[in-house]
Amino acid sequence: MSIAIYILTFAVLLVGLYAVVAKKNIIKIIVGILVIDYAVNMLLVLIGYRSGGAAPILDKGLEKEKAVAELAKTGVDPLPQAMVLTSIVIGLGLTALMVALAVRLYQKYGTFDMGRIRGLKG
Amino acid sequence: MNPGMTLIVKNTARLITGFIAVFAVHIALTGHLTPGGGFAGGVILAAAAVLVVLAFGRKGAGAMADEPGTHVWDAAGAMGFLVVALCGYFLGAFFLNFMPHGRVGDLLSAGTIPLSNLAILVKVGAGLAGAFLALSAFRLFKTLPRGHWRAGEPGAGFGSLR
Amino acid sequence: MEILLPLLVALPLGVAFGIVILAHVPALRRATGVLAAAAVLANLVIAVRIFNLPSMAFHVGGWGGGKTLGIELVCDGLAKVMLVTVNFIAFVAIVFAGPYMRRFTKLWLFQSLFLLMTGAMNAVVLAGDLFNLFVFIEVAAIASYALVAFGTEAEELEAAFKYLVLGTVGSAFILLGVAILYSLTGQLNMAKVAQGLTVIGSGPAVLLAAAALIGGLALKAAMVPFHAWLPDAHPSAPAPISAMLSGLLIKTSGIYALARIVFNVLGPTTQYAYILIILGAASMVIGMFLALGQWDFKRLLAYSSISQAGYIVLALGAAAYLVATGGETWVAKLCLFGAFFHLFNHAAFKSLLFLSSGAIEQQAGTRQLREMGGLVRTMPVTSFCCRVGALSISGVPPFSGFFSKLVIIISLALAARTSDNPALMYTLCAIAVGVAVGTLLMYIKVQRYALEGPQAAAGAEVKEAPVLMCAALVILAIVCLGAGVALLGFREYIFDPVSGALLGALR
Repeated sequence: MSIAIYILTFAVLLVGLYAVVAKKNIIKIIVGILVIDYAVNMLLVLIGYRSGGAAPILDKGLEKEKAVAELAKTGVDPLPQAMVLTSIVIGLGLTALMVALAVRLYQKYGTFDMGRIRGLKG
Repeated sequence: MNPGMTLIVKNTARLITGFIAVFAVHIALTGHLTPGGGFAGGVILAAAAVLVVLAFGRKGAGAMADEPGTHVWDAAGAMGFLVVALCGYFLGAFFLNFMPHGRVGDLLSAGTIPLSNLAILVKVGAGLAGAFLALSAFRLFKTLPRGHWRAGEPGAGFGSLR
Repeated sequence: MEILLPLLVALPLGVAFGIVILAHVPALRRATGVLAAAAVLANLVIAVRIFNLPSMAFHVGGWGGGKTLGIELVCDGLAKVMLVTVNFIAFVAIVFAGPYMRRFTKLWLFQSLFLLMTGAMNAVVLAGDLFNLFVFIEVAAIASYALVAFGTEAEELEAAFKYLVLGTVGSAFILLGVAILYSLTGQLNMAKVAQGLTVIGSGPAVLLAAAALIGGLALKAAMVPFHAWLPDAHPSAPAPISAMLSGLLIKTSGIYALARIVFNVLGPTTQYAYILIILGAASMVIGMFLALGQWDFKRLLAYSSISQAGYIVLALGAAAYLVATGGETWVAKLCLFGAFFHLFNHAAFKSLLFLSSGAIEQQAGTRQLREMGGLVRTMPVTSFCCRVGALSISGVPPFSGFFSKLVIIISLALAARTSDNPALMYTLCAIAVGVAVGTLLMYIKVQRYALEGPQAAAGAEVKEAPVLMCAALVILAIVCLGAGVALLGFREYIFDPVSGALLGALR
């Protein structure tokens, strides 16, 4: 099971990369970038996963030291989850910027087709 | 022509926006106890602002659709986060968690983390609402004339984001 | 004094957000520019102050000691040189941007984004763990995408979109590499990842992580198979932003991060050395050939940036090769000295050239070399500074570029004599000399068409640039003139810690 999921994650990454490379519509390129970001985030979460693990939240009322030791034995790794949170926020900022640029490009060039937006040459 | 959507949508928005905002603050404040935290709370707060602008139109939404205001709140949230970090800085290390940690599971625990969560709530909420307002200011496609599908009849039909 | 390290990051970020608030108070609108310049100047003062102190590390949040997971800001010899470079060029650029950006509205937005980019670049240089490096590379990159599109003309938007798409794919690959390294070693701190990797050795997973990291960082550094965004993005940006992008951004988030990761985290092996050498040599040659045929002044400068960045990566690759094959350590140190000396020099003279092209564009109204002419007579200060920059990048003595290229060529020749693959090193030495000649040719073309020559038809009423812009150009020209001689005298003091940081301590 475990190796198949990682291969699938890389397959999603490659699908996103295909969309960025081969498609001409700006919106499809943006979706391709989103898919690449999702694939890398998914890989990060999978890295921290432990099958049958508990969520990394300390319960109220337990002794702190015992709870921490318990969590270290059976819990899922929380550090990749923190990394994924940061990465999702970065992806959000980039998506907003990309969409704004796409809207402005449509205003200037009148089309969403990257093949026809060729003002800069050489 | 009334700006915004129909009466049902407007009344529902009036009733429910307060609850959405309170829910957002709750998720941000208990960020050290339950999943969520500042960022998730900010997104929900921005969703409340988006709901108001969609239901009432930009002119009807009044102060909620004020784009320069979102810039100021955005920067104020960031400055709040920085002030929390700098308070720790003057006491030792940058971002030092200098308030008492309390018991695990209490609301008033984990030192300065709830304050940071509140600052992030303000920043993300203002930031996303500002992004929505900036993007919705563009007029991409010409809107169809009213009653286009019923030839000859003026008026009626659905509202518009005017 | 390590308490000063977070200030280098927090000060620009805080002032950036402060400017946003102040800009909405009607009375204080004019003060935002002065505030931004003061913030960068304060950063420069702190960076120079830190320069004399020994290496230090700062643990954010007091999570130092035995705890293995925490954000660490590390300031060793390499970081000190980079900090002074970043803050100095940023200060000169923002002084230039004062009069230049008056044609745009929303100046507060420009200053805020500029400070965000500067603060993020400082944090990239100071980063002690992999994920912090990635986050601040991203912050600097997002600020630069918005700054390239600042004028919102059609060409700027198109260039910004292409830059954004390629930059995001590169960043995704960097994060992929960081994720794989984390899964192998369980650590994010660079020193601890290096220790973990010595235990694991070099299996296919490490190679995959290295490939993803080097690929993503080579895209940020505009090395040749991944350079397609640079000739569109750098010319379309406003001139101070072109100077910042070409002089600083491809160097901190590209070349500096590449050096850190190959030397300090992964450890220099012959495979990585060959990759760096091929990337560097290809960038040098192809960048030079593409620049020779350009008639747009800023586009020529952009291609020339690719070529000179190739010099630095070639020297890094040669140093890595020498360390990996057990060659003479002092030759490797000379290679690293040449690489980072050239990095500082290139930041200085490429910024000078981009800023002078901005001054020419503002006064003469054009960027095409065929339409300029005779600017020596009408714009004396600007053309003098432009000539200093052009001679410096061509490697003419006594300017700084001559010394740094000489050190790289001599170190490659010495490596050929003392290493076990002399053919490779002699070839690289010949390529370096050839590209230096080509660079001289392209800048003779620039000087002939822009500065000398008959005056263009509309050139009669061209006036000199405003005072602040000329002041920025003169400061950079003085640095180009003096840096060569001065830095060679101070070599041990400034650059030996650089080689020590990269070769010695962490691996």
